[in-house]
Amino acid sequence: MRRLLALLVFALAIGACFAQAIQPLPFRDRAEEVRFQKLSAELRCPMCQNETLADSNAPIAHDLRRQIFDLMQAGKSDEEIKSYLVQRYSDFVLYQPPVKPGTWLLWFGPGVVLLAGAVVVALQVRRRSRNATNNNVATTADNEDDW
Amino acid sequence: MSRLLPLLAFLLLASLFGFGIWWNTQHDQHEIVSPLINQPAPDFQLPVLGDDARKVGKASLLGKPYLLNIFGSWCIECVHEHPMLMTDAKTLGIALVGYNYKDEPDAANAWIAEHGNPFDVIVADRDGRQALDFGVYGAPETFLIDAKGFIRYKHVGPLTPDVMTTELKPAVEALAKESP
Repeated sequence: MRRLLALLVFALAIGACFAQAIQPLPFRDRAEEVRFQKLSAELRCPMCQNETLADSNAPIAHDLRRQIFDLMQAGKSDEEIKSYLVQRYSDFVLYQPPVKPGTWLLWFGPGVVLLAGAVVVALQVRRRSRNATNNNVATTADNEDDW
Repeated sequence: MSRLLPLLAFLLLASLFGFGIWWNTQHDQHEIVSPLINQPAPDFQLPVLGDDARKVGKASLLGKPYLLNIFGSWCIECVHEHPMLMTDAKTLGIALVGYNYKDEPDAANAWIAEHGNPFDVIVADRDGRQALDFGVYGAPETFLIDAKGFIRYKHVGPLTPDVMTTELKPAVEALAKESP
């Protein structure tokens, strides 16, 4: 157990080293760095696909972070930087896909399923309460066995 | 009927699961469909590998269709792909342009010397910055660019015999029909 713990601490320490060495960029101030971190955390690395640009260590993520930084220095807004990336790497790079006909199912599908469930439940409840009042006590036991 | 309902719900979920597995076997999870297909290729101008003074770019390649192959000496898959470029790709009847991506010129030249050179010309993008405009995110990648400078087809990953016959060849033939 103790060895396992030591190994874990060691692994974390190594991880921390990498995290710091990943890419030092010459930010002008803290606000700019925060903006950069926020923006790159909303974008997906095209290579590793389930990591944000902020987290990924892939070479392309490195290049794209540098590009985002340069675009920020050139005075581009967050939206302009995002559309720059979407033009080249498609909506895939956005962790939050835009609402458009192709993504309606994605955005509204869960709501539709929830609504359908609510309708089924409502119908069931109404049918049961009607049965209960019609047949009184005797048949309710049968009904409960149904499910 | 209501007793069958849980079974039906289960079958519905199971078939959804099965569909998901089938879908994933049919699609390459690593391939991002490029938004640049049928769009003008980015305007690029890069030095020729080993000859920084000479530049080749979109403007100088206009007029004839060509295949742009992104490769690097560090790229493992490129070694597997290379025989396809040496043989089948040469029979396509269009120019092959090598795009040496994020590589050291010496390493690239040594790699070409070892594996052979199928390219009419090789351009070098050492820092990979120009490649961002092409939406490149790894190597190998292959673009088919027509005589007017439009990207007509893109393949991510190594060119296989299957990709060659079912995708690339038909795409090149379609181009030939357009402009006899």
